[in-house]
Amino acid sequence: MAVSTSPPADLSAALVLEPVAAADWLVILPVAWCLAIGALLVMLRRPIGLHPFIAIAGLAGLVVIDALLLHHVIVSGPVTMVMGRWLPPFGIAFTVDLTGALFALAASVVALAGGVYSLCDINDSGRRYGFYPFLMLLMAGVSGAFLTGDIFNLYVWFEVLLISSFGLIVLGSEREQIDGAVKYGFLNLVATTLFLVATGYLYASFGTLNMADIARKAEGLRGTAPLMTLTALFLLAFGMKAAAFPVNFWLPASYHTPRVVVSALFAGLLTKVGIYALIRVTVMLLPMEREELSFVIAVVGALTMLVGVFGALAQSDFRRMLGYLVISGIGSILAGIAVGGPGGIGGAIFYALHSMLVMTALYFASGVAAKLGGSFSLSSLSGLYRRHAGFAAISLMLAFAVSGLPPFSGFWPKVMLVKAALDIGAWWLAAALLVTGFLTTIATGRFFLLAYWRDTAGGQGAADEAQIPVAILLPLGVLTLLTLAIGLYPEPLLATIQSAAAGLSEPSSYLNSVFPGAAR
Amino acid sequence: MEAWFALLVGTFFTVAIYLLLSKFIIRVLLGVAILGNGVNLLIFTGGRLTRGVPPVIEEGADALAGPAANALPQALILTAIVISFSFFAFLLVLAWRAYEDLSTDNTDEMRVAEPEEEPAPPLGY
Repeated sequence: MAVSTSPPADLSAALVLEPVAAADWLVILPVAWCLAIGALLVMLRRPIGLHPFIAIAGLAGLVVIDALLLHHVIVSGPVTMVMGRWLPPFGIAFTVDLTGALFALAASVVALAGGVYSLCDINDSGRRYGFYPFLMLLMAGVSGAFLTGDIFNLYVWFEVLLISSFGLIVLGSEREQIDGAVKYGFLNLVATTLFLVATGYLYASFGTLNMADIARKAEGLRGTAPLMTLTALFLLAFGMKAAAFPVNFWLPASYHTPRVVVSALFAGLLTKVGIYALIRVTVMLLPMEREELSFVIAVVGALTMLVGVFGALAQSDFRRMLGYLVISGIGSILAGIAVGGPGGIGGAIFYALHSMLVMTALYFASGVAAKLGGSFSLSSLSGLYRRHAGFAAISLMLAFAVSGLPPFSGFWPKVMLVKAALDIGAWWLAAALLVTGFLTTIATGRFFLLAYWRDTAGGQGAADEAQIPVAILLPLGVLTLLTLAIGLYPEPLLATIQSAAAGLSEPSSYLNSVFPGAAR
Repeated sequence: MEAWFALLVGTFFTVAIYLLLSKFIIRVLLGVAILGNGVNLLIFTGGRLTRGVPPVIEEGADALAGPAANALPQALILTAIVISFSFFAFLLVLAWRAYEDLSTDNTDEMRVAEPEEEPAPPLGY
């Protein structure tokens, strides 16, 4: 036998031999947890009454796991775990740094709020259709995208969240939904295919797919490999996923068609995954190329903000207006990526986290408004203030938050972005940010004026005081309180975000975590 | 060899983009299918084409003797094929449902979600 004659192989050259520390299992746990809960829900197909409770418990568990993961990363820096114990770059690595952990935590909070809200929004037929398994699969994809350290693996998570979002967007199979889903489906599939094209070229130039390895090798390849082409392709692909200006049209065509809770989750999660991937690739992997392309990104960002907010001004449907506000927020984040530096990148991350919470809450509010007023349309909604003063207060706070007014969470990232833009002399970008904030105030203010204060029933309409179920008020109120808390006391979050941005621009600790002892 | 494959990939992309620009869903679907295959070919070519040297370790040896064909692109393509096939299947059914429900496969006429004549928001009370 050949085996007996050959010398014993030195496994330490190929495998991670020491067992993974117990705390490091947290790196993979969010994904495994979501998949396991999703599988459990699929197995329990018949007792659909149990679904929401299992899913809410699962999502609450996910929040705890992501919070522990964030704590672990804050304490001990980026953490890496490799599949099958193969040493990176050969094994597929999951590497969590502060940015990934922050995004994952925000995503899990949004998903938990959505899970609770769905108690009153998803009826039995929606449950039978598989809302909760799809939701858990979506969260597996979103968490995987935030936590992975391998670019092809990132593509796979994109597809996982895309296929589950297809399931969610057609939930109910109404004519409107089919129409929206066609546009959403085709354009998003083209976007991920472009991402795959870019990944193919990346592999052809670098010979590796591990993000840390790419970041190490980019310096040496700058002269020979077509890195600018690569970066431009990534920008187009992720810009399309994030609904940046010339490729944003799928979003307002589809986001208002599904169930309110689905719209809310999409607004909070999907575009932000695109933005996260853009930040990861342009800031950490190919920083010099981001520098070169910064003017293009800035112009795209400014146009995205303005197109978004003008679109919002032209809409009379609450949810379509919100769709345009999502786009306008993406523009602000792109402005931060274009400006770069700790202020720009930090502002972009902060704005993305703020936008996740606030846009989800605003979609929830649109659902409540439709329940109270019987319509999403601005021409028939009226008298919401009289019907529920508390809800009107929450809506006003959210309107302030999305416009970037103090004392809410939208204020600080806007300050950071405007300051960062002014520091590098891009006064026009700062002006675009401020004008966008002003126009957003007008759009949401007009909405508040017409839907909440206007009283076509003349004060003695059919119903006066209305009750809102706790399952709706709770997630809406908690997200609003979070917005207020971040606005009033931003220091801890701000400090974390600043070190996250520093870790992206100077990824030495990230590289060290993947390749221990091989620091440059 | 790679140059010819690059030309072939370019042809795939040209055809796919031409079809994707069409108004009719069925053509767009064909474009999506061709685009997916073009990308697979791109990854395959990007991994360099090496003939006649399979990456098989000789009996009794620990490692490959010399340069061999790259096996990783095939793993990537296999993943991409599975994904693009399932997406194509979903979109095919979606297009059929859209044709049944909206009785058109012309995207210009699909205006249910975004009606052509929408009332402007009210200007005052």
